[in-house]
Amino acid sequence: MKEEELNFEKEQFSLTMIPGKFARSMRTCVIWQFIRFVIINVKMIIVVGKSH
Amino acid sequence: MARLVVLGGGVAGHTTATFAAKWLGSQHEVVVVTPNSKWNWIPSNIWVGVGQMTKEEVTFDLAPVYAKAGITFHQAKAVSINPEGSDSSEKPFVTIEYTEEGKAGETEVVEYDYLVNATGPKLNFDATPGLGDGNGQMGDNTVSVCTADHAVHASHKLAEAIEKMKGGTRQKFLIGTGHGMCTCQGAAFEYIFNIENELRKSGVRDMADIKWISNESFLGDFGMGGLHMKVGGYVVSSKLFAESLYAERSIDWLIGAHTSKVENGKVEYELLDGSKGEEEFDFAMLIPPFAGVGLKAYDKAGEDITGTVFAPNGFMKVDADYTAKPYAEWKASDWPRTYQNPTYSNMFAAGIAFAPPHLISKPMKSPNGTPINPTPPRTGMPSGIIGKAVAHSVCDLMTKGENAHLHEASMAEMGAACVASAGKGVFTGTAAAMTVYPVVPDFEKYPGTGRDTDYTFGEIGLAGHWIKHILHFLFIYKAKLNPGWTLIPE
Ligand SMILES: Cc1cc2nc3c(=O)[nH]c(=O)nc-3n(C[C@H](O)[C@H](O)[C@H](O)COP(=O)(O)OP(=O)(O)OC[C@H]3O[C@@H](n4cnc5c(N)ncnc54)[C@H](O)[C@@H]3O)c2cc1C
Repeated sequence: MKEEELNFEKEQFSLTMIPGKFARSMRTCVIWQFIRFVIINVKMIIVVGKSH
Repeated sequence: MARLVVLGGGVAGHTTATFAAKWLGSQHEVVVVTPNSKWNWIPSNIWVGVGQMTKEEVTFDLAPVYAKAGITFHQAKAVSINPEGSDSSEKPFVTIEYTEEGKAGETEVVEYDYLVNATGPKLNFDATPGLGDGNGQMGDNTVSVCTADHAVHASHKLAEAIEKMKGGTRQKFLIGTGHGMCTCQGAAFEYIFNIENELRKSGVRDMADIKWISNESFLGDFGMGGLHMKVGGYVVSSKLFAESLYAERSIDWLIGAHTSKVENGKVEYELLDGSKGEEEFDFAMLIPPFAGVGLKAYDKAGEDITGTVFAPNGFMKVDADYTAKPYAEWKASDWPRTYQNPTYSNMFAAGIAFAPPHLISKPMKSPNGTPINPTPPRTGMPSGIIGKAVAHSVCDLMTKGENAHLHEASMAEMGAACVASAGKGVFTGTAAAMTVYPVVPDFEKYPGTGRDTDYTFGEIGLAGHWIKHILHFLFIYKAKLNPGWTLIPE
């Protein structure tokens, strides 16, 4: 059974969004996450810079 | 030579004292009064609470660091402030009580020219019957991750629960807030997902029921009235973002809840609709409400002026607009800019110790009149930035004179970068990396969401975990005043 079928089984969860297999795997895909690491850091540095 | 006394050696106080000592050099004296011998990087207590880090990894001794910086260190807690001095002293002073072994209980008077109150929160466990032990400490019914010692205790309890599950006994985990007026939902959020992650790693997730209980009126409020952030090309409410994560990890939630009583294995609660209920648990981590640490203040004649210097919740009054007004009239400009006490201009408050003008989240009450709403968070980054701005102001006052320009750091004009861990692991860990700008929404500037959606974003992934882990080392490196420490931003 797909994971989302398990998740949406509960009524409390049925009105939200749940990542599918691809989105979940991208969250721990080292190459993709390295790219995201650089992008998030740049974004955070901008916010930190605006705050000082 | 003038003397700056900093009360509290946490995120805000340590920042103020170390920068002030650097900028003032040996011309003036900087004194820190703080009750613990060790500095604690509190955000990593989450990992101590699940057995992924030790207490030693998240703390270090303050004395050698202060010796290196030329800061006078008293391991003591401040008890009272005499901002006008007394019959026998012309100078203002604080009365401190030592906590250091061998000197514990001894009191001393420390005179000051400038005072910064950065005493953070009192963990007010006793506000909820059964959450505290009746003597101001945590009770036996729940665990906490607010201090490194609490987190060590929590990790032992978690290990016991995991053993029971391995032995075939189902366990119910209840994590969240222990009162209707709590803040710091972010810490509980991190802890619940770290526990869920640990249970999966231990192969017992199917033996656990995990539930969130919180005073937020919607999931993802975080005491900031929620936030709208850019995710995957959309601008979405943090409600959707948070609900998605809870659903994905199969964690139930109970929100708008004031935890009214805690017993062994059971909490009683009241909801925003006025209904009451009970929730059983085998393991519970409930964040206590925060209050000021209970400092007293006296005038020259010895009359109690605590109500003049401090707000009723015990936090120090600063240059905020404390006029009571309805939610619709709240403004970004109500928030303080310089953190100077309005009565005594040589006193400042930084970090959690300053009294906010009002909530950030929408105020809510149950039909029974019970307030159920998060109080405003003052997380690490704003606490550090405020601590540095206050250090700047005090140094200028000391070196340029009383009319020096005060430095400003309004939470309505500053952003925050938050990385909420959802599980530890170099290749399997995840964290929600978020930025919010500004922390306090400004609906005059941004009428829809209150915040700049170009700078308010969030995403979950391994990259967030790497950032969180790097920040752990970076901030401890900085707090130890290692070479280049001033280059690392707050
Ligand atoms: C479990 C947990 C996780 C968190 N995670 C994050 C996170 O990931 N990111 C983030 O930004 N923020 C996080 N926070 C919040 C962050 O820790 C606080 O915002 C920050 O510590 C506030 O700094 P502060 O200096 O005001 O208070 P504190 O850091 O609490 O420092 C207060 C200091 O004052 C001392 N003190 C107390 N009473 C007295 C007295 N009478 N006299 C003298 N000194 C006294 C205390 O011992 C302490 O050293 C977390 C908080 C918790 C509890």
